[in-house]
Amino acid sequence: MSKRTFRIWRGNAEGGDFQTYEQESSEGMVVLDVIHGIQAEQANDMAVRWNCKAGKCGSCSVEINGKPKLACMTRMNMYAEDEVITVQPMKAFPVIKDLVTDVSWNYEQNKRIKPLQPGKPEADGDYRMAQEDIDRNQEFRKCIECYLCQDVCHILRDHGKTDVFVGPRFMHRLADLAMHPLDTRDRVPEIVEEFGSGYCNITRCCTDVCPEHINITDNAIIPLKERVVDRYYDPIAMLGRKLFGGGKSSENTD
Amino acid sequence: MNSSTLIGGHKAGLNTTMRTDKWWIGPLLSLSILTGFLIYATWALIQGDHYWVADTGQGFGGYLSPFFSPVLLVDPSVPGAVPESHAWFGTFPSWWPSFIPASPAVLILMFPAMFRFTCYYYRKTYYRAFTGTPPGCSVGALPQKNYRGETRFLLVQNLHRYALYFAIIFVVILSYDAVQAFFRDGKFGVGVGSIILTLNAIFLACYTFGCHSFRHLIGGSTNKFSCSAARYTAWKGCTKLNEKHMNWAWTSLFWVAGSDVYVRLVSSGVITDYNTWG
Repeated sequence: MSKRTFRIWRGNAEGGDFQTYEQESSEGMVVLDVIHGIQAEQANDMAVRWNCKAGKCGSCSVEINGKPKLACMTRMNMYAEDEVITVQPMKAFPVIKDLVTDVSWNYEQNKRIKPLQPGKPEADGDYRMAQEDIDRNQEFRKCIECYLCQDVCHILRDHGKTDVFVGPRFMHRLADLAMHPLDTRDRVPEIVEEFGSGYCNITRCCTDVCPEHINITDNAIIPLKERVVDRYYDPIAMLGRKLFGGGKSSENTD
Repeated sequence: MNSSTLIGGHKAGLNTTMRTDKWWIGPLLSLSILTGFLIYATWALIQGDHYWVADTGQGFGGYLSPFFSPVLLVDPSVPGAVPESHAWFGTFPSWWPSFIPASPAVLILMFPAMFRFTCYYYRKTYYRAFTGTPPGCSVGALPQKNYRGETRFLLVQNLHRYALYFAIIFVVILSYDAVQAFFRDGKFGVGVGSIILTLNAIFLACYTFGCHSFRHLIGGSTNKFSCSAARYTAWKGCTKLNEKHMNWAWTSLFWVAGSDVYVRLVSSGVITDYNTWG
């Protein structure tokens, strides 16, 4: 057991400040354990959102020493014994109280995305997909919706472009649908115009912070940008489509 | 630096952060290396000399700096230049503007420069190092009244697809140069330069064929890999290279500059190329 120093931001949408706490920490603890200790012994009214404590529910997203992280997956032994650990709510979303933010904007974005639209089923009424066709999509399905990628994205975080850019979490949801072997919707125009793929400048912070190690940048956003290039900026690909057909709709309904 | 404290204890303004690690080392290194490369490449371009090594100055074989390959036009009077017969279109014409150096690299370097400038990996690097958008993850970005990302002026990044087409041509040409580097006047041999130029072609090929655009074209654009085993296999191979795209980007950058330095030093007589030709 050792005493550790925590600076935790306490306040609400009106204002607040950092409060300093000394709390016992023992081997194997994670940051969320220590926060729970502080909550139990020193600050009963401190708000922190959590649920599974196993890195699977995506509830305990905060910023620890300036980095967006899951508090339940951040081990105390990552920090030096004498290091002050600063914990803040996520910057990109409005604070409700202390470490809890209002992430409901994300749910609104999700509603804007049109669901999967499969074509005609096979003769027996079933839909079938080959494993190699769905491998890419399964990576995206690992998402636990912690919204750390949304928090670290400078377009939302620093520039506040919530009206034009949907954020990395929903770019990879769009990629999941756009690459889906059964989906028949042509999603490229809305990916550009409604969801703002052009605002992303590929700085990869979303990939860096993802606790599920989803390669959002290389496997979702860049492939979407390449599909946009196919459609609007590559005359050779455009000519190929004119001559030989192709594109999402025809490919998936053949 | 404009900094103010926001709700949540966050800071606003360029380079502001609560991070306690040395996040600035990466962007600083990138800035230094890319600036150094730009300065060296520009200097080498302007010099326009000592880019070819061959014992007799004629015949098949020799070392050609990748900065100058292929030699489209040549001024054979400068030291270390290829003979006129090696240039695709002969000598620089008399009307060549005096303010543009009569250097073969003038006609070449714009293509790899465009490929690297629009590369998805380098975009991250120079957006962080040069434009502060953002300098690091959860580090304050350069404040802008109306951030546009890659929707206006930076639509130019979509040229990457075209740059890739040129880059593939260059990989073929530099591979041919690498084969030539094992010959002097038609006689096979091996020199330090042969190995350097061969590795240069390999590293550039790994960088080019691991490119995100190539990965898309080779297979990523399809939603049904099961319809084409060949595309799926090619896409998986490309993905293996793509996973190390950053490593190939830096390795090939260092190596191509190093190759030019080596050829320049040998051509100008500063160092000796150890080889089997004697």
